Amino acid sequence: MALNGVFYSLMILAFLAFFVSRFLTLKTVKGDIRRLHSRPVYYGLNSLFLTVFPAVILLIVWSFAQSILIDEKVKQQIPENFITEDAPLNLIMSEVDRLSEGLKQLVDQGTLSATKVENEDSELFGIEDKLESAGVFLSSSISPEVLSASRSKFAMEAFGSSTRNWLAVLVSVLGFFWSLKNSTAEFRARNHVERITLFLLGTAATLAIFTSLGIVLSMIFEALRFFGMHPWTDFFFGSTWAPSFSAGSELSILPLLWGTLYISFVALLVSVPIGLYSAIYLSEYASKPIRAIAKPLLEILAGIPTIVYGLFALTTFGPLLRYFFGDGGFLGVEWMSDSRSVITAGVVMGMMLIPFVSSLSDDIINAVPQSLRDGSYGLGATQSETVRKVILPAALPGIIGAILLAASRAIGETMIVVLGAGAVAKFAGNPLEALTTITTRIVSQLTGDLEFDSPETLVAFALGLTLFTITLGLNVLALYIVRKYREQYE
Amino acid sequence: MKDQTYLDRESNLTPGISKISAKNVNVYYDDVQALKDVSVEIEKNAVTSFIGPSGCGKSTFLRCLNRMNDTIDICKVTGQILLEGEDIYDPKIDPVQLRAKVGMVFQKPNPFPKSVYDNIAYGPKIHGLANTKSDLDEIVEKSLRRAAIWDEVKDRLSSPATGLSGGQQQRICIARAIATSPDILLMDEPCSALDPIATAQVEELIDELRENFCVVIVTHSMQQAARVSKKTAFFHLGSLVEFGDTEKIFTNPNDPRTESYITGRIG
Repeated sequence: MALNGVFYSLMILAFLAFFVSRFLTLKTVKGDIRRLHSRPVYYGLNSLFLTVFPAVILLIVWSFAQSILIDEKVKQQIPENFITEDAPLNLIMSEVDRLSEGLKQLVDQGTLSATKVENEDSELFGIEDKLESAGVFLSSSISPEVLSASRSKFAMEAFGSSTRNWLAVLVSVLGFFWSLKNSTAEFRARNHVERITLFLLGTAATLAIFTSLGIVLSMIFEALRFFGMHPWTDFFFGSTWAPSFSAGSELSILPLLWGTLYISFVALLVSVPIGLYSAIYLSEYASKPIRAIAKPLLEILAGIPTIVYGLFALTTFGPLLRYFFGDGGFLGVEWMSDSRSVITAGVVMGMMLIPFVSSLSDDIINAVPQSLRDGSYGLGATQSETVRKVILPAALPGIIGAILLAASRAIGETMIVVLGAGAVAKFAGNPLEALTTITTRIVSQLTGDLEFDSPETLVAFALGLTLFTITLGLNVLALYIVRKYREQYE
Repeated sequence: MKDQTYLDRESNLTPGISKISAKNVNVYYDDVQALKDVSVEIEKNAVTSFIGPSGCGKSTFLRCLNRMNDTIDICKVTGQILLEGEDIYDPKIDPVQLRAKVGMVFQKPNPFPKSVYDNIAYGPKIHGLANTKSDLDEIVEKSLRRAAIWDEVKDRLSSPATGLSGGQQQRICIARAIATSPDILLMDEPCSALDPIATAQVEELIDELRENFCVVIVTHSMQQAARVSKKTAFFHLGSLVEFGDTEKIFTNPNDPRTESYITGRIG
């Protein structure tokens, strides 16, 4: 039985379970709903959950366990002397995976029969052509060892999956019949359904947390591998970023950090005043019709993908700057040699952050109670005095939080700097010169076909981890400040 | 001639002692009329109270007196309100200057999230009432003393006013309002968020303020109106039903609606 067969069976069983148990329960009270403990729909749902969930859990757990167990078995089948320096175990295993996957595809297409794969060795020589026509490409010709391992993997998988599928349907049927005995008026179906729902909600929340935890852990392990190959003193305290894949790379984060912070600073210099002023205008001065038009227009900026901002920096804003400050340009100065520069990336990133700052600040300013404005106006303060002396001080912690959130976005921003900032890693002060950032270097270190086993590629994880630590710190600080501010009015 | 007719109508008032005179004031929120044809004379150095059931327009009228309704977009005011003979809705009048003369205390205590000192000093600073720091200190102390809260806060002038109790906060707001030395003090249910002890303190304070200010108070408590005010206006459904000496309103009202309200039959 194939997996989609299982899904159809489960769907039919679930459908049956819902209506049958609802019908049976209603029958026990002769249609008088008031004598039931719960509304009829809960009896149906309770049956449905019992029919579906144990089977689904079995499917998931079995699949994980199966792939781990089969992998272990296949590894044991590969002869010791077959493993060499050139062909380490993990390469052989991936070859085996590809081949067994290919066999499965051929069987699914009907080109090959499953019994042949499992029993008749000889039939399989020369199936490379067949595999290729099915879209499976192998790196080398198939060796007997790999073939036999793939065959046994295929056989074990086929057996395991079909057992799993039949078992799942069986569990589902059992669950269905078992749930029918709960079709009585006294059964507290609502409580059961609510408990299961609660469990589902909890699982959803836990999954999100575990995912982020997994990301952090994987970064930490890869970063540790990097620090095993490269001195951490050079990474944190060196002065040069010069990766070379031959040998003797100098991989220091400091020049990259300088570029990152410099460009983020320029971005904040652009976005904070403009964003804040537009928030003040929108929340305090704009009339209703203007606000209704201006606020969505401003927020359109937030919906533009950052790669588009990057293109704008590369093709429009950078060349424009160069037209003014570049060689033979409008001003006759030679301050800018390339259209990529700190200013190019920083200003465009600032534009991207304007709606971010303005909509957060706008929310915060709107959260300042009207009674404070009334109090200030009631004392004869003008609107600008009220904004400057009452509203902004009251909203300040929240605005600082918004700025920190914007800063952490600026530091983590990638596409604009990839296209607009350049690739020169150095400590330069001239904002019209090209610099590079942490995110840009991560992209360039990992572009192309690479194996993750040299310090030049693994450095990306150390860079990423540092970046993550910085932005996490900023976010935590921002949330702390915003939360502290919120308590004031509650 | 104009004065003559008006004297005929409100024979118990003489123009000489009236501070504010409102004539035929109508207020609309969009299409809804909140106030209908209200005419009132408010005396100098006396407490006038506005009573009436919720939604009767008494707060709306109070907010007309210092043009606080200007901050509400949909609000439209017609009619004439004279403050010492000057029309406050004249385009030449700057509402900011008007509000410096007509202070206001709100229903809910609304101290700024600043220190006690900065709360009181806010008005004097923006109006430039103090040239030196010691002048400002003096104004702050005087205002806090008059609001009967100096003794409670003199040791914590630099701590945030939002940390005080509700009654203390309200007295801080009163001190803040009198620090700009207004001529008139408008109070919109100043005791509705306070307990009986704090209410008693605020009432005592109102009684003292009467000597220097013209106080207008909106209240839901008829006992409070009877205790603190010299004149009382009864509003009902957006109209001014009756206006006169407090004693008369509470003992021998002219209008049957007033009587029903103060005896608790409507409201």
